[in-house]
Amino acid sequence: MSLELIDGINKIHEFLTSNIEAAWVVSLIEYVLVGLGFLTLYALIALFLIIFERKICAYFQCRLGPNRVGPWGIFQVFADMVKILIKEIIPLKHNDKLLFYAAPFIVIMGSLLTFGGLQFAEGVHGVDFNVGVFYLLAVSSISIIGVMLAGWSSNNKYSLIGAMRSGAQVISFELSACLSMMAIVILGGSMNLSDLMAAQEDVWFIFQSPFTVVALVIYLIAAHAETNRGPFDLPEAESELTAGYHVEYSGITFGFFYVGEYCNLFINAAIGTLVFLGGWQAFHLPFAGCEGFNAVMDAIPSYVWMFGKTLLLIFLSLWVRWTFPRLRIDQLLRLEWKIMLPFSLANILLMAIWVALVK
Amino acid sequence: MSSYEIFVIVFIMALVMVLGGSVIGLLLSPKSKNNQKGEQYESGIPTRGTSWMQFKVGYYLIAILFLMFDVEAVLLFPWAVIMKGMGVEGLYAVSFFLVVLILGLAYAWRKGALEWK
Repeated sequence: MSLELIDGINKIHEFLTSNIEAAWVVSLIEYVLVGLGFLTLYALIALFLIIFERKICAYFQCRLGPNRVGPWGIFQVFADMVKILIKEIIPLKHNDKLLFYAAPFIVIMGSLLTFGGLQFAEGVHGVDFNVGVFYLLAVSSISIIGVMLAGWSSNNKYSLIGAMRSGAQVISFELSACLSMMAIVILGGSMNLSDLMAAQEDVWFIFQSPFTVVALVIYLIAAHAETNRGPFDLPEAESELTAGYHVEYSGITFGFFYVGEYCNLFINAAIGTLVFLGGWQAFHLPFAGCEGFNAVMDAIPSYVWMFGKTLLLIFLSLWVRWTFPRLRIDQLLRLEWKIMLPFSLANILLMAIWVALVK
Repeated sequence: MSSYEIFVIVFIMALVMVLGGSVIGLLLSPKSKNNQKGEQYESGIPTRGTSWMQFKVGYYLIAILFLMFDVEAVLLFPWAVIMKGMGVEGLYAVSFFLVVLILGLAYAWRKGALEWK
């Protein structure tokens, strides 16, 4: 698929250059096409994940979930989308208008920028540069600024408390996510995602060292906490804060937060897949005599591997979300600062020793 | 296409998405005026006062500690990239750094900065 896609892009490029004289017009059209492609993929993933989560959580609770609109209710999400568009956007009296309407933009921008740094299949990626992992870590925490702005500018006590909790939680767990990925950077010797992919061609990082397994577990917990879901959903704890930082948002302005949340779920799972589980690389056995098995695995297209593994991690996240009760805020911060942070620091040191002595 | 332009494209696309969505929402949605509607939501009872007041941010020590560890992560990433080539020497070099850092965490822990008050 990836090679066909690249062929298609090349054909479009040739078609445009042969028909249009000015080079800047060609570039402009290509930029618009790329941008629309990204936006469509982003929106489609959000829509898919919404229906996926609704069905999965229904089955966890022995319900059927949406089953009226279309087969198995799969068109429910489009009905919801239309409905959220025709809901009234309630104008508030005493809020900071500029910050209030800038907040959804910052949330969406943060997750779209992270989305642009991912790799989706062999050769299908927006940008590929030498600080890839670092870039993903850096821009994925832009969204929290939007969340803090939303909470503050709403002039509502619930949203203020929710935003403060969200800030404390996201910056705390950011550290563990960062340090667990650093363990992989030590092993792979590069921050470039393509180099990391190449290093995982024979064996995924998860199988290369015992400390990558520890790093993956730490990363999964931290990433789950960063999406404000599951047992870590204190920022929007509906039984105490009604909805947390987006309690005053209505209509489509709430929809942006909702879409951003689901895309962050996908992005975190995709980063975990790329960095730990081999990304779009097929599963290979690095032994002699396994060439047939490896060839069968190679026959599966790379985008199936990428999205399959990502969906697996998303399913894990949903499973945790619908199974465990909510933590208290002091328990949450204790988990990060007293358990996960010492573990991740020790893991980095052990990984460095492993690389220096074993490799 | 050179790669860095993607950031500008993505930035504009975020703007397009939010502005486009808001405009469609504003055009399609009904509007009604009501005296109480614009008040801040407080579970149904009349809103009391503003939320823009002095309040205790119980998380400020966490934020300061985060700053320390995040800068540390920025300093460690370049080391992590070249660790493979440096071998045991890189290990010696970074273990001093990490020991100082862990001492800092232990100090904060001992002083009770990580406790919830």
